[in-house]
Amino acid sequence: MKKGFYIRLAIVVIAIALSVFYLIPTFKRAAMDDEKVETLQQENAEELYSLEEKAINLGLDLQGGMHLVLGLDKSKLETEEEKEDALKRALEVIRNRVDEFGVREPIIQKQGDDRIIVQLAGIQDEKRAKNILNKTAYLEFKLVQSGDQTQELFDKIDETLAEEEDAAEQDTTGDIQEELAKSTLLEDKPFSSLFSMGGMVSEENLPKAKNYLNKPKVKRLIPRNITISWGKPIEGNEGEQLYPLYLIKEDTRPQLTGADLENARVDFGEGLDPKTAGKPFVSLTFTDNGGDKFAELTGNHTGQRLAIILDGVVQSAPNIQEKIRGGKARITGNFSMDEATDLKIVLRAGALPIPLIIEEERTVGPTLGQDSINSGVRAALIGLAIVVAFMIIWYKGSGVIANIALAFNMLFILAVLAGLGATLTLPGIAGIILTIGMAVDANVLIFERVREELRTGKTVRAGIDAGYSRAFRTILDANLTTLITALVLYQFGTGPIKGFAVTLSIGIVCSMFAAIVITRLFFDFFVEKFNIQRLSI
Amino acid sequence: MQVFTDTNFEFISKRKIAYIVSLTLIGLGILSLLIHLGPNFSIDFEGGTLLDLRIYHSNDTQVSVGEIRDALAKIDMATAEIQIAEPEQRKTLPEGDKYDTYTNMMIKVKGHQKPDAEQDPLAEKIKDTIRQRYTNANLEVLRQEEVGPKIGEELKWKALLAIFWAMVGIILYIWWRFEFKFGIAAIVALFHDVLITVGIFSILNLEISLAIIAALLTIVGYSLNDTIVVFDRIRENLRLLRRQSYSDIINASINQSLSRTVITSATTLLVVLALLILGGGVIRPFAFALLIGVLVGTYSSIFVASPILVEWQLRKEAKEKRSRKERRKGRR
Repeated sequence: MKKGFYIRLAIVVIAIALSVFYLIPTFKRAAMDDEKVETLQQENAEELYSLEEKAINLGLDLQGGMHLVLGLDKSKLETEEEKEDALKRALEVIRNRVDEFGVREPIIQKQGDDRIIVQLAGIQDEKRAKNILNKTAYLEFKLVQSGDQTQELFDKIDETLAEEEDAAEQDTTGDIQEELAKSTLLEDKPFSSLFSMGGMVSEENLPKAKNYLNKPKVKRLIPRNITISWGKPIEGNEGEQLYPLYLIKEDTRPQLTGADLENARVDFGEGLDPKTAGKPFVSLTFTDNGGDKFAELTGNHTGQRLAIILDGVVQSAPNIQEKIRGGKARITGNFSMDEATDLKIVLRAGALPIPLIIEEERTVGPTLGQDSINSGVRAALIGLAIVVAFMIIWYKGSGVIANIALAFNMLFILAVLAGLGATLTLPGIAGIILTIGMAVDANVLIFERVREELRTGKTVRAGIDAGYSRAFRTILDANLTTLITALVLYQFGTGPIKGFAVTLSIGIVCSMFAAIVITRLFFDFFVEKFNIQRLSI
Repeated sequence: MQVFTDTNFEFISKRKIAYIVSLTLIGLGILSLLIHLGPNFSIDFEGGTLLDLRIYHSNDTQVSVGEIRDALAKIDMATAEIQIAEPEQRKTLPEGDKYDTYTNMMIKVKGHQKPDAEQDPLAEKIKDTIRQRYTNANLEVLRQEEVGPKIGEELKWKALLAIFWAMVGIILYIWWRFEFKFGIAAIVALFHDVLITVGIFSILNLEISLAIIAALLTIVGYSLNDTIVVFDRIRENLRLLRRQSYSDIINASINQSLSRTVITSATTLLVVLALLILGGGVIRPFAFALLIGVLVGTYSSIFVASPILVEWQLRKEAKEKRSRKERRKGRR
């Protein structure tokens, strides 16, 4: 046999064996139907995860899922230290929140110094996921100003506004009749009249009320330790949305925030009151320190109302009936099960140090994901079939050899993908399909060269030798340039494009190996063994 | 089967025709770009929202562009791009589901909106509006994308850098393996390919997305592939056939590599066609870009890169002739 034949054969056989070995997990996983997956997950989750880890990863565009880029809004931070710290803390909070989703293998990474990338496979409800991740979740407990003081303030506001309107009108009309006719409750109490019993404003009056409160004259009336906060809308008797207004005492001491929480849980209302029975609420447990502060707060201000504020919106403001020593509190207020659960999640995970902005979102649903897999595989198989047929027609016997090499080529590509833990995306599948077309190129170069050499009268053996050696440099040149562009694509591309670059690169390398080494083995074998005089090429 | 053996087409002598064809194509492309005020960038680069939705409904419900536009007008989005496909029957009906028909639709809003942390993002608003309009139906998200303004700008920049570095890498590589003038010829051919592809996309008003940029870079790599094979043959022949004129050598080289060029292009073309027809809607624009690229890339290796070498050489020879004449004149 030709020199080095057996060494080359050994290398190829080892490569094939390794490839099959690396691909076994993928086949096993693909062969498992949904039921089996469920059972295995219950019984031996470890095994399932390790199997999936070794199998080929599917990109989000194939298995369905959400890709989010969250940007940190560092505008309000001052020191460099705070800014660096913010990213770390935000990362941790996001990790905690995602943990609660129970998504398999979420990917959470930082990008640069002000971005966090979150990838959640198989997410069904994008809206909820985004809400949970996005929420700053800053929880505060502050006292609400008493009813009397509130009434006082409202009266003052009414006076100021009424004066203003009077002044405005006097400029425009001099008709006393008209003035008298216009004097209504609305004019006397422009602000208070917007409010129903219980201090709430209807949805249509809300903008007007907010407008009034924004006027500089009105703002000056509000004491400095008071913040005006609107509460969560409550459903009125006729199903309309009513917005309560709270006057929050910013100087409430001791200060109690979400940082003082030990735990949060969703519980259901007991009792017979139809408003609360069976309805979900969030039950809070304070840390020891927090519990003490809570006891102090409630002890000192029994009879007043305590507002529970989340991100500046008052969730509820129950009356403090007595000093609460147990370190427990509850946030009630018309939650749906989802809302309560989401609130629990963000409270448990902790508040974000700074607001996050969703800068990019790409979500693929499972239906499209599966469709893409089907189309991709179909296109790949048909493409493969066409090329196989073509090679046989064009190059006859040698074409068959090229096809065998192509088959191994595919095996190698998939094995390398599995071995590297690389992710297969839809463009990645396109990359493999492209490789099929281009893998043929190397073979064509060799075969055409061999044909030429044979035409000049060389013997079969010499023709093959010359063909391979001459073509090798050309193949190298040509493939290296495609590798350069693949490298550039990998460097600058995102997600799916990176996947494309990876499969293209792997494809090129594997196809060179298959085209040059494997086909040569076949040729050498046949020529030696059967002493072929005329080459079927 | 063998074809293209010992052909002797007159590629070089007829190169003027190729110039005209190329220039016309490029010209049309540039004209289209001017008319459309630049390429039709997707939301990847301009920012915006994309919703690829499927409504499951009963056979008698009509989903039309007009109705959707009306519904969107309520949230001030009547100017969104709306595409609605033909309704199709579902192959399998899940238990308890009475909607036997589905209609795919795509809604695009380009340009960013201010990210408002309080409000729902635009995608959610649009979905809610449509759900309200079609209460007797089930809305499913095939995919959705929202790209903020920052990311859009960055991607534009990244794409440009990618193309730049790819070109640099290529020039360096060819300079190393061949001569400088080969590098120039190759780069001109590549620019030609990219320009024509972008031009065709503009003429057909197709979107340039991140995937298309990736396709362009792939085309660059692939076209180069082709060009190098021809150059390789040219280089070999320049050493062997010293007697013949430059133009003849190049022409012969092209003819010799014709077989291989056409066949590789054919196989890649077949494979890309398979991708185009069977690959599904998501990958279709990408496959189309590749299709144009393969065709134009093959054309440019033969009709652009090689003729440029000839032009370069002819100009060099003309200069040498002139300077020889000058020197002879000077001696007299």
